[in-house]
Amino acid sequence: MPSLTMIEAIRDAMDVMMARDDRVVAFGQDVGRFGGVFRCTDGLQHKYGSSRCFDTPISESGIVGVAVGMGAYGLRPVAEIQFADYMYPAYDQIVSEAARLRFRSAGEFSAPIVVRMPCGGGIFGAQTHSQSPEALFTHVVGLKTVIPSNPHDAKGLLIAAIEDDDPVVFLEPKRIYNGPFDGYHDRPIVPWSKHELSETPQGYYTVPIGEAVIRREGTDVSILAYGTMVHVAEAASRSVGIDAEIIDLRSLIPLDLDTIVRSVTKTGRCAIVHEATRTSGFGAELSALVQERCFYHLEAPVVRVTGWDTPYPHAQEWDYFPGPDRVGRALIRLMET
Amino acid sequence: MNVLPLTLHVPEPQPCFGSAPDFSGFHLSEAGRVRRPAIDVEASEIRDLAYELIRVLDADGRAVGPWSDACTIDQLRSGLRAMLKTRAYDARMTMMQRQRKTSFYMQCTGEEAISCGFQPALQAGDMNFPTYRQQGLLIAQDWPVVDMMCQMLSNERDRMKGRQLPVFYSAREAGFFSISGNLATQYVQAVGWAMASAMRGDSRVAAAWIGEGATAENDFHAALVFASVYRPPVVLNVVNNQWAISTAQSVAGGEQATFAARAHGYGIPALRVDGNDYLAVHAAACWAVERARRNLGPTLIEWVTYRAAPHSSSDDPSKYRPQNDQAAWPLGDPVERLKDHLIGLGGWSEARHVQLKAELDEEIGIAAKEAQGFGTLVEGAKCSPASMFDDVYKSMPPHLREQRQELGF
Repeated sequence: MPSLTMIEAIRDAMDVMMARDDRVVAFGQDVGRFGGVFRCTDGLQHKYGSSRCFDTPISESGIVGVAVGMGAYGLRPVAEIQFADYMYPAYDQIVSEAARLRFRSAGEFSAPIVVRMPCGGGIFGAQTHSQSPEALFTHVVGLKTVIPSNPHDAKGLLIAAIEDDDPVVFLEPKRIYNGPFDGYHDRPIVPWSKHELSETPQGYYTVPIGEAVIRREGTDVSILAYGTMVHVAEAASRSVGIDAEIIDLRSLIPLDLDTIVRSVTKTGRCAIVHEATRTSGFGAELSALVQERCFYHLEAPVVRVTGWDTPYPHAQEWDYFPGPDRVGRALIRLMET
Repeated sequence: MNVLPLTLHVPEPQPCFGSAPDFSGFHLSEAGRVRRPAIDVEASEIRDLAYELIRVLDADGRAVGPWSDACTIDQLRSGLRAMLKTRAYDARMTMMQRQRKTSFYMQCTGEEAISCGFQPALQAGDMNFPTYRQQGLLIAQDWPVVDMMCQMLSNERDRMKGRQLPVFYSAREAGFFSISGNLATQYVQAVGWAMASAMRGDSRVAAAWIGEGATAENDFHAALVFASVYRPPVVLNVVNNQWAISTAQSVAGGEQATFAARAHGYGIPALRVDGNDYLAVHAAACWAVERARRNLGPTLIEWVTYRAAPHSSSDDPSKYRPQNDQAAWPLGDPVERLKDHLIGLGGWSEARHVQLKAELDEEIGIAAKEAQGFGTLVEGAKCSPASMFDDVYKSMPPHLREQRQELGF
């Protein structure tokens, strides 16, 4: 199997689907001729023509709005928002339109669209190039929200998202586009080629939306994580020598609650790790669910390690980022409780 | 009826990547030919001006026509100095970014005449709502470059406390609104600010700034509707530098109509101006600012220019546009054009030009040393991590206090 980066895997997913299904189209700012500012659509316009992969005006509401219209017509649009931080003008189209079209038309119309967007920090992008807005999507009924942590899952999940009949927000943690970042920002960059999950099958395959995966089995504590933080959680538990069971959620909505409950019931402890701000973050939902389903198995309160409740700063990026030291300290406290 | 299958029109950029730069399709009004309307003109009387190009400097560097009398020779020399200083600042900051002293930079090369020629039309108390490519608004009013550099370096003297991306300045005292990375948001805010000036019976003017690419955003259109309805004292600037990162202005809608013409649907008077012609810029700016100040309402100005530099330090234009495209750009280089004009007037010389450039390089170099003395992004002092919990709210709520303690402060 070829070893791909996240960027190559995401591009490969679109390539596979555009070749299989002429209803699949890809567009967004700088997406067509240039191939995207992160190169995720590089070569697609050349291969499939400018009516299937093209540049759009700088209008996020326009990008998602036309995707909804194309989806209603019967196409399978894959729209790119250049940075998740620029999603807000499109929020009305996502929340009030794409997510509810099936419901309000009693199934007459639907929006089988994918909205891709790079998210997360770690690239000195400050408040306008670093946000993790997943909770703003998971709170919206009618949307699916997925976030891969590696090339293998990125390709399989994106193919599944394109085939999905409901709107899917596909979050791409940009810090792991080129390597499995574990949060140690002062250490040399590790390329994806050194990581087994960069091994990506050629051609078509899917990673089903709604299935979590256990990245590491363990007995001490269950860590619920997704995206970049899966790698941080692995590094943190390794560095403090705690036998953690690390669950990569992959899909936030729908959520694989069975895997979570089985794990927490076994370990009796649960830490939730995300980069987004804490208050009303997706960790709050996870914490409530674990409390509801596993209360009598818990030996300690559920712990959250998250970004602070401040805008993402530029110079203090690594004080903001919930890196392996902070996660490790939280795990130690959790084990001492 | 025999109907052919539909096809989707996707604009092809001009100039096109992989071929020689070709601007033969670009309509160039003759210098001095476009009329100068009365200050209280109605939008409907100057519709043609949204398709012409107001130009003052002709091919020989002479100032001609009805827009040519706005500047004294001292003002022109001061304008040339501001443009050269902006260019020197950009060069130094680009170098510092390449040396990894900071994370990011954005040059305005080729567009200096617009911000440097516009700023002197404003007064103290007015407010610019800039994009990230209007550093000339600060430099033209001699705002301390050390202050700008400290923001660039996210060091201990950065008044934004290291929070913002480099170049996202804020300088209230200089009439320079805090820059956002989210495009077009400031455009409608400028209209609101100008409405407030009118509501309070003040005489202050707002200047809204946007690139042609971002005119696709909802906030641009919302700004025009509100400006049309309430006629506040605002100048609506559209800097058409032909490129939105890799996307040509045709993808922003520039193929079917000019950006100036967008004002017509809202009944707002519009001008289209050679943005590489300092004299034309200053004259049109004064005209629009005076209209605003005299309660005659908003004016939209499309400044036609060319983004000679990459979009940002993260961008590589060699992947999407021809090499040496700026050299073929029919409106030339704003610095060279003003220099030639001043020399023609007998108020400047090649030798003085070379000397001024050297002086400015030295001045910027000294400022850069001073700024680096306060730290850089990678070394030296910067604002404490504890400070990121400040200013989220005016007074810190308990949950933030708790998180700050958790961080160890």
